[in-house]
Amino acid sequence: MSIKQISVFVENTPGALYGLTGVLAQHQVDLRALSLAETSEFGIVRMIVDNVYQATTVLKDAGYVHSLTPVVGVAIPDVPGGLNRVLQVLTDAKVNIEYMYAFLGGKNVNHAYMIFRVADEAAATAALAARGIQTLEQDAIASL
Amino acid sequence: MERYYQPEIECASREQIRAWQDERLVKQVRHAYDHVPYYKKLMDDKGVKPEDIQSVDDLYKLPFTYKKDLRDTYPYGLFAVPMKDVVRLHASSGTTGKQIVVGYTREDLDIWDDIVARQLVAVGATEEDKVHISYGYGLFTGGLGLHGGATKLGATVIPVSSGNTQRQITILRDFGSTVLCCTPSYAAFIGETLHEMGLTGKDIPLKAGIFGAEAWSEEMRKDIEEKLGIKAYDIYGLTEIMGPGVAYECSAQQGMHVNEDHFIIEIIDPETGEVLPEGQQGEIVFSCITRQAFPLLRYRTRDIGVIHRGTCSCGRTFVKMSKPMGRSDDMLIIRGVNVFPSQIETVLLNHGYSANYQIIVDRVKSTDTLEVQVEMTPEMFTDNMGEIERRQRELVEGMRSLLGLAAKVKLVAPKSIVRSEGKAVRVIDKRKI
Repeated sequence: MSIKQISVFVENTPGALYGLTGVLAQHQVDLRALSLAETSEFGIVRMIVDNVYQATTVLKDAGYVHSLTPVVGVAIPDVPGGLNRVLQVLTDAKVNIEYMYAFLGGKNVNHAYMIFRVADEAAATAALAARGIQTLEQDAIASL
Repeated sequence: MERYYQPEIECASREQIRAWQDERLVKQVRHAYDHVPYYKKLMDDKGVKPEDIQSVDDLYKLPFTYKKDLRDTYPYGLFAVPMKDVVRLHASSGTTGKQIVVGYTREDLDIWDDIVARQLVAVGATEEDKVHISYGYGLFTGGLGLHGGATKLGATVIPVSSGNTQRQITILRDFGSTVLCCTPSYAAFIGETLHEMGLTGKDIPLKAGIFGAEAWSEEMRKDIEEKLGIKAYDIYGLTEIMGPGVAYECSAQQGMHVNEDHFIIEIIDPETGEVLPEGQQGEIVFSCITRQAFPLLRYRTRDIGVIHRGTCSCGRTFVKMSKPMGRSDDMLIIRGVNVFPSQIETVLLNHGYSANYQIIVDRVKSTDTLEVQVEMTPEMFTDNMGEIERRQRELVEGMRSLLGLAAKVKLVAPKSIVRSEGKAVRVIDKRKI
């Protein structure tokens, strides 16, 4: 299964990111993970939030251009070789990773979480499941 | 000692000039009416017959011709001679959407060569000179216009065309160019490059320059003169009327003499169309009174300027026009290329962007820069950075092919472009000229 990432267009100017987090804070949106890709002029903020519907509604109202992107989330044991094992599976399944980022999980103290943007989420999820690696469900995000 | 290419014309009495204009205008109106159905209709619609035009005093009775008329009759609808008599075509710089085509008979080219030769002699050139032409050659009138005049004068023509500044400087030095012809911004850029190479005006034999096709200031003139060690002169022209040489600067360097034996200049109020008295600023209107292939009458140039009669220290008696001070439409001239905001809008819409944009023109190191800021839309947004950049490059390419100009595209946040009174401010021109 995949989870939903919100991607937001921001200018690469002082305060642009602050404006975005301000909108989220005002509406009590809780960020689970955040990553930023940038050029010298603009950036794409990619984030995982507890309440996707609420976040996209308030962003739209505030005039942000955004999109929803399906991504694959994996809880990885916080031990040496943890990420390597997951990548091994994706490599064997010939799944190409466009980008990825990590965050350390709230209640699950012994795990880190990786978010993968891949061309084919279903193939990635199936390949991981076949090797006993569970992917995150959207419902699980809020309780992390 | 002031020298002239055709002293009997350039220094003719005002009565003589007026007599030429009266006679030629009457003939030209008849020519246009009889040979261009579009002109016949324009005049009939206004209730003017060729016989109503007896002298320059009747000029105001004629309808204006607008750029739109040229586009509506594209490509050959305003030609007044059979194609077998047309020996050259030129087109306005830039664009497909706004392109216009003009034609020349052999006699038209001969006149064009004459008026350019007048300019060359006015800046001190003789048949001993080497005229280095860095205007672009091709459909643009700059390159071939100066080329023809310099050839007719008997000077040595160096047809370098534009671009490759290092090579320009090598040729300036090795070939010993003495007169440079290009846009003023390119002349300034050559000057800067020369200095970066550790050279000065003393290292090149150049003595004068003829610079036109874009607006420039007195400060820029001083800068060019200092860096290249030359005298810099202004030249005015537009493809619709002939090309460079419609008006030319003399040793006085104060305004450009209009070649009144071939063109009649009027200054009008762009709102009412009324002819304004001498000394008042308004839109420049030209009538071609000798051109056979393309006899434009009362053509609205959209350039804003002012004319001054009275004697000139150079001895020429042709009326003088100021440098154009601006435009009465929204056309921009960027690196010598005519650009309309509507063209940029077309490219944006064709590429799926919104019409929320802003054009920022600036001049950096003597070169015009064009930046187009476009608001990001949900349709054009994706989480894939590479894809956004690819679309951005496509847009730049689209502008290059339509405008003939490299533009920088900057994607900005939605609603970030300031709207004043509900309407966006389309153009910010930061150039100090």
